Amino acid sequence: MTDNAKPKFAMYWAASCGGCEIAVLNIHEKILDVDANFEVVFWPVAMDAKYKDVEAMEDGSILLTLFNGGIRNDENEHIARLLRRKSQLLVAFGSCACEGCIPGLANLSPAGEIVHTAFNTVSTDNPHGIYPRASFDVPEGEITIPKIFPTLRTLDQVVDVDYYMPGCPPESHQIGAVIDLVVKVLHGEAQLPPKGSVIGAGNSTVCDECTRKRNVKSITSFKRIYDVEIDPELCLLEQGIPCNGPATRSGCNARCVSAGAQCIGCYGPAEGVVDYGARLIAAFASVIDSTDPEEIEAILDGIPDPAGQFYRFNLAGSLLKAGKPAWEKG
Amino acid sequence: MTKHNGSKPEVQERIGVYVCHCGTNIAGTVDVAQVAQWAASRLKERGVVIARDYKFMCSSLGQELIEKDIKEQKLTRVVVAACSPHLHERTFRTACARAGLNPFLCEMVSIREQVSWVHTNKEAATIKAQAAVSGGVERVIHHEPLEPMTVPINPATLVVGGGIAGIQAALEIADAGYHVYMVEREPSIGGHMAQFDKTFPTLDCAACILTPKMVDVGGHPNVTLLTWSEVEKVEGYVGSFNVTIRNKARHVKTDLCTGCGICQEKCPKKVVDEVYEAGLGYRKAIYTPFPQAVPKFPVMDVDNCIYFEKGTCKACEKFCPTNAIDFTQQDEVINIEVGNIILATGYDIFDARRVSHYGYGRLANVFTSLEMERLTNAAGPTNGQIVLRDGKTTPKAVGIIHCVGSRDRNFNNHCSVICCMQSLKFAHMVHERTGAIVYNFYIDMRTPFKDYDEFYQRVLEEGTLFVRGKVAEVTDAARLPGEEGKLIVQVEDTLAGKQRRIPVDMVILSVGLEPRKDSSETAKLFGISCSANGWFIEKHPKLDPVATMTEGIYIAGCAQGPKDIPASVSQGAAAAARVLGKIQQKEMALEPIRASVIEEKCSGCRICNDLCPFNAISFHEDTMVSEVNAALCQGCGTCVAACPAGAIYGTGFNNEQVLAQIEGLLLLNIGEEAVPA
Ligand SMILES: Cc1cc2nc3c(=O)[nH]c(=O)nc-3n(C[C@H](O)[C@H](O)[C@H](O)COP(=O)(O)OP(=O)(O)OC[C@H]3O[C@@H](n4cnc5c(N)ncnc54)[C@H](O)[C@@H]3O)c2cc1C
Ligand code: SF4
Ligand code: SF4
Ligand code: SF4
Ligand code: SF4
Repeated sequence: MTDNAKPKFAMYWAASCGGCEIAVLNIHEKILDVDANFEVVFWPVAMDAKYKDVEAMEDGSILLTLFNGGIRNDENEHIARLLRRKSQLLVAFGSCACEGCIPGLANLSPAGEIVHTAFNTVSTDNPHGIYPRASFDVPEGEITIPKIFPTLRTLDQVVDVDYYMPGCPPESHQIGAVIDLVVKVLHGEAQLPPKGSVIGAGNSTVCDECTRKRNVKSITSFKRIYDVEIDPELCLLEQGIPCNGPATRSGCNARCVSAGAQCIGCYGPAEGVVDYGARLIAAFASVIDSTDPEEIEAILDGIPDPAGQFYRFNLAGSLLKAGKPAWEKG
Repeated sequence: MTKHNGSKPEVQERIGVYVCHCGTNIAGTVDVAQVAQWAASRLKERGVVIARDYKFMCSSLGQELIEKDIKEQKLTRVVVAACSPHLHERTFRTACARAGLNPFLCEMVSIREQVSWVHTNKEAATIKAQAAVSGGVERVIHHEPLEPMTVPINPATLVVGGGIAGIQAALEIADAGYHVYMVEREPSIGGHMAQFDKTFPTLDCAACILTPKMVDVGGHPNVTLLTWSEVEKVEGYVGSFNVTIRNKARHVKTDLCTGCGICQEKCPKKVVDEVYEAGLGYRKAIYTPFPQAVPKFPVMDVDNCIYFEKGTCKACEKFCPTNAIDFTQQDEVINIEVGNIILATGYDIFDARRVSHYGYGRLANVFTSLEMERLTNAAGPTNGQIVLRDGKTTPKAVGIIHCVGSRDRNFNNHCSVICCMQSLKFAHMVHERTGAIVYNFYIDMRTPFKDYDEFYQRVLEEGTLFVRGKVAEVTDAARLPGEEGKLIVQVEDTLAGKQRRIPVDMVILSVGLEPRKDSSETAKLFGISCSANGWFIEKHPKLDPVATMTEGIYIAGCAQGPKDIPASVSQGAAAAARVLGKIQQKEMALEPIRASVIEEKCSGCRICNDLCPFNAISFHEDTMVSEVNAALCQGCGTCVAACPAGAIYGTGFNNEQVLAQIEGLLLLNIGEEAVPA
């Protein structure tokens, strides 16, 4: 790598699916702006680099790091701390880094059980029951694999974070807008928002961007979208579709709801919402139209997977953080 | 997004912590001195500058201690660890206010109800008390000074229900010089009491004591009497309610009608009077329920009027000397503004048919107590003669069954309060007027108020026979000689320890009092609550029996629960006194603990719209945001919890405060991982 006057850029993936990386590439020609304005020093998915190269850099020498993924093992944690040291601006990029996302749902189960499930389900072809070993001796010496933690933590549960960029994955237009902003800042044409801000998203809720008509709500049953003929004009929640729009941060242009599918909450909690799932549970419960405990039970049975409904993206980042088994047996 | 690491900002506040012994109530189980010491040392970096323990913080000396510290130590926050906010929050807030500190910068921590009273292990209780104090300290840092909101009080009052309770309330207020609107749904005021002959325990004639009061209401310059009317809508809040009332068409022009009664006399259509005469007598299609009705104007019952049915008749119109009949009259909808409302809507009686084995409705000579009131009433269908259903035979033996529909888990668990006395009253009257043998079948005799037990003794001495036991059945199936043609009361006489069959000619069922059938709708209309069985709920069962949780709405009489006339009158007067007190204040301060919608955050999802028990939330279609009416909001927090967008802010209970308190409780504020086990 040549010495370069351009500010340095890094991107890393910890416990995540890789979608965030694709989303960045999906900004099309805007990626050229990144290249024009930054020197990319570390981005495992796009270029070859070694951890020891990063370790060798001067502290604070990277201007901007987009970090996606949650902290699931000691390797994730090591790199999170490393990049924190080396970067001036560390952005929790995408739902996993911000709030745990789907990998965070594993916080409902003990780590051992997760490994067992991964190596021993019908979809796994593992006739000899081979399990990974923490360490293994080879002629060259001992090799190890990263140690899995009892629970997945969000990036800011491990290191100090400068900005949050939610979304699973962040929408391309939002990534583009953030890159525009950073470039402007570099040219002295704009200022960075205050530390700790959420960037690349709105400040209200998906409902706020949703154009469906709403009335006073009263729910007599929860339904799945394939159960009903959906009224294209009317609020989905009013039709019994458990839409998470009311508590979810705006920024996606209400994509799912305008396509007729409920908001599942990938943009995370709206500004000021502390526990996303608890908020939604309270909200849905408030508009159930019954006072009869048995009938209420029956209506609630219409939400077969409450954790998935209410905490799909936010379990690790919630007040609960994890289910009891993960704490106890992790 | 919450930050989970990073250091806390330095605390600028100067916090005083006061730990109360409450005699031995707290100090017996919690090492209060230790709690204070702990707070002084461990919570120092959280802003605690002084921590004391004291025998009785609520005493004037205890309060002075706080006041002195506020001034000398320049405290900016106060935490009192003592009983509960319910009991003494106001005491300590007032003490702070006296010393010049905004009262809402004081936080109470319960270490009595929530700690000393529920634990026995002193060491563990002390640790828990420390955690509670830590929670309070952490919370109070986030408190903000609040100012109460003042609203002007409209001096007019609405009284709903013109029974004795409502009448008393209306007269007290009107006599004090303020205007009262009285809304009564029947054609006349008077309520149940107007149906009675005599009233226990003094046996004064009901009409003699009631009608003068009714006339006072009717003619009072400060009373607008709206009978044959119902409240349809209530908007606004204490001090300024806007009430919509439907005045049903009487088909009589009240400005012309003199109340001569000729129309009723000439009307050819007889109708069984199910309301006033309890089904025992008739009225006409145009009628006043009873001669002393207030107001005197009749109403036309269009469902039974021949003209409305067939298009001819108009006898009333023909004979009316003042041309007061108007067949085209329409309902009138009126709007009034009042500052306070008293609900005195009374009770319904238990439907005796529900106890089918007592035979009411099937066996002719089984009567209800209300029917009995009409039978004994000199102005009633029999002119006060106690006779069987045939209208002529005087009974020789009469059985009176207490507690019908009351104190019975199949119907109502409650005691209807008045049935024992009412049964004794009937026993006395049957005895006096017919000389019949009277049996009273009772479970327990309940005669607790002034002169009540004396009345019981009197009835005992008159020779009424008392059988203690719950009647199993009333039947006309004769089995033994002497039972033919009689009603047989089958009962276990628990004092004699045997089953008895007692033949009588007449059975009187002392039916219980029940909430009005529409009480829950009424409660909803006025934004108050009723208990599961339907009685209106008072603000405090002992200390505030006529107020409700909704400011400006009061309750009186049997609408609040079963009671006798003296108690109903007392409550009517008490509610009036409360209202007069409010009117005198001219304006009132509202607790500043309330909700408000942060407009920019509200997405208009409308989840909150129907949740407020006080109807404080409205939705603006144009701007797509919801709004909380600050004067209506009572700060219950329902909407704050429900708003999924976190767009509703609850003063005194915001996220920051509650989460800080939790952190404090878990000692995360001072860097501990968890409370030691
Ligand atoms: C058979 C019997 C005998 C009794 N004898 C005695 C006795 O001797 N001595 C004694 O002390 N007590 C006696 N009581 C108890 C007594 O009746 C009550 O204590 C008293 O009548 C209660 O008065 P109130 O004003 O609360 O209710 P009510 O008398 O029920 O009056 C309520 C009024 O409100 C009106 N109303 C109801 N709902 C509405 C509405 N939504 N809008 C407008 N108006 C409405 C009703 O039409 C009625 O006029 C007896 C009770 C019974 C059943
Ligand atoms: S609940 Fe869903 S469908 Fe209804 S307004 Fe909100 S985002 Fe739109
Ligand atoms: S018109 Fe109706 S109210 Fe009048 S006298 Fe005839 S039946 Fe009675
Ligand atoms: S629940 Fe919250 S976001 Fe929804 S309408 Fe009410 S205040 Fe607005
Ligand atoms: S807190 Fe909300 S629900 Fe409760 S009284 Fe106020 S506006 Fe109504």
